[in-house]
Amino acid sequence: MSEIVRIDGLGYAYPPIDLDGRREWVLRDINLEIHAGEFVSIMGATGVGKTTLCLALNGIVPNSTGGTIRGDVYIDGLNTKRHPVSDLAQHVGVVFQEPETQLFNVSVEAEIAFGLESLGLPAIEIGERITWALSVVGMTEFRQRSPFKLSGGQKQRVAIASILAMAPKILVLDEPTASLDPVGKTEVFSIVRELRQKHGITIVMVEHESERIAEFSDRVIVLGNGTVQMASSPADVFSKVNEMRTLGLSIPQVSELADRLNRTNNTEYVFTQLEEAYSELTGSGNLVRRISG
Amino acid sequence: MSKSVCLETRELKFSYPDGPTALHGISLDVKRGDFVAVIGQNGSGKTTLAKHFNGLLRPDAGKVCLFGEDIASRNVSQLAQDVGYVFQNPDHQIFSATVREEIDFGPRNLGCSNDKVDRRTEEAIEYFGLGNFADCQPAVLGFGLRRKVSIAAVYAMKTPVLILDEPTSGLDLKSTNELMAVISELHRLEHTIILITHDMRVVAEYVPHCMVMRGGEILAHDETREIFKNSELLLETQIAVPQISELGNRMTPYGMPDDVLTVPEFADEYSRILSGLEEGKKSADRR
Repeated sequence: MSEIVRIDGLGYAYPPIDLDGRREWVLRDINLEIHAGEFVSIMGATGVGKTTLCLALNGIVPNSTGGTIRGDVYIDGLNTKRHPVSDLAQHVGVVFQEPETQLFNVSVEAEIAFGLESLGLPAIEIGERITWALSVVGMTEFRQRSPFKLSGGQKQRVAIASILAMAPKILVLDEPTASLDPVGKTEVFSIVRELRQKHGITIVMVEHESERIAEFSDRVIVLGNGTVQMASSPADVFSKVNEMRTLGLSIPQVSELADRLNRTNNTEYVFTQLEEAYSELTGSGNLVRRISG
Repeated sequence: MSKSVCLETRELKFSYPDGPTALHGISLDVKRGDFVAVIGQNGSGKTTLAKHFNGLLRPDAGKVCLFGEDIASRNVSQLAQDVGYVFQNPDHQIFSATVREEIDFGPRNLGCSNDKVDRRTEEAIEYFGLGNFADCQPAVLGFGLRRKVSIAAVYAMKTPVLILDEPTSGLDLKSTNELMAVISELHRLEHTIILITHDMRVVAEYVPHCMVMRGGEILAHDETREIFKNSELLLETQIAVPQISELGNRMTPYGMPDDVLTVPEFADEYSRILSGLEEGKKSADRR
């Protein structure tokens, strides 16, 4: 597997807001490589710079935000400092937390066409890309609808489609389900999973919900204090119970359970998903089923 | 000890202008000092119902009573003396130039004396750990802090009833736990609390009672423990219980109770089952 994202010693401070011009480094020293086709989740407490990191991946930081940057970000081999956001948009797309902030057109179709028109693509190709993107997110029959009359989950699917139509290799999602109810969350997560599995798109997703992260990700990146605190498999990260608690981050309840049982029963369980916990706890003659069948 | 009724609705019906019926004749009782979570998918009517409790919305038919009296004749600012309402989006609520002004607006508006306003404001600032930010402009604070300011402002009004609309959404685990500890403390001080939320882990760990809504109706109102073991109801309303409750439910054939709410509860029950098996083995060996 080759690396599609490389971040070398990235530090970033937004333009100072106070008069004495003090700089506050949101990101201090981020070093990270992400491989093509990987599904990576990013966790971190509020204010730790997760959104800033997402924006650094598509060049909005620092190209549009100004401020002070050090280190380098390479997307598909392109240094984000040397390429405009519009070029980078064809390699990496970012989906934000609130779908409303991204939707502004009269129809779903116009919404998706907007980005494509700015690329100067011929009308036929624009039409084809819209058809494809809507089918991927399961919204084909909503093509002529107003985005504002959709449910939260549907709006977020349209927002994803409008990014997908640009055919990026990397999709960055910044808490895409934070404002959605459980049904909407499931809609979005299953589409994201499919994008990776069927279309080989590299996924970088900021999420709080550890149980979903455990289910979907190859790797979990934990941010704290402007640096990468951990970057490893869900099993590794979620068995570091104390570290995660100190960082103020949640872990799956089954991981908490494994830790608790290990301390009292002298076992060495590592659980990240419900099925694992169920089969380990009930398997190998551990327990006796009371009612057969 | 039977508690007196704090909030009740009878056959409450409501439709938004040009919209379908949002609430279909809701009758409910919330007792004084209760702590109730209102759960259900988006669009099920949770917020619409809650806005009837402080007069932001008025029923098309039926009635809403507070401490036994119909609230139809009281306006929103009169009701604000009894019912505090924390909006889902803190930015829909915050409007003052500083955190301190945001918080002292409520008690001042209730007509408290200057002394009392200051006392309550300082107390709220301290209670929510906002001391360092008291003179800041709310807009420059992060989302979690703005959320705290919006709750502190309602807290300072000391209303007997407190309604919170998704107060933990967008907060990380640490802030969520801090906030829920504060809300639990208010419950202990006998405030009546109604919490609209999607976070079932929060409900399982902190909230003793639940109302389940779907399509503008209340399908169930019971102890959280009873609601979370009603798998038919949960399936019907597409509510996912916390992972640990789901694991407990899966393991009932092995002797796990069907109403596990938290990880420590699960671990205790599991150890109990294991030691029961040990005992069984020993007595079999002896025989």
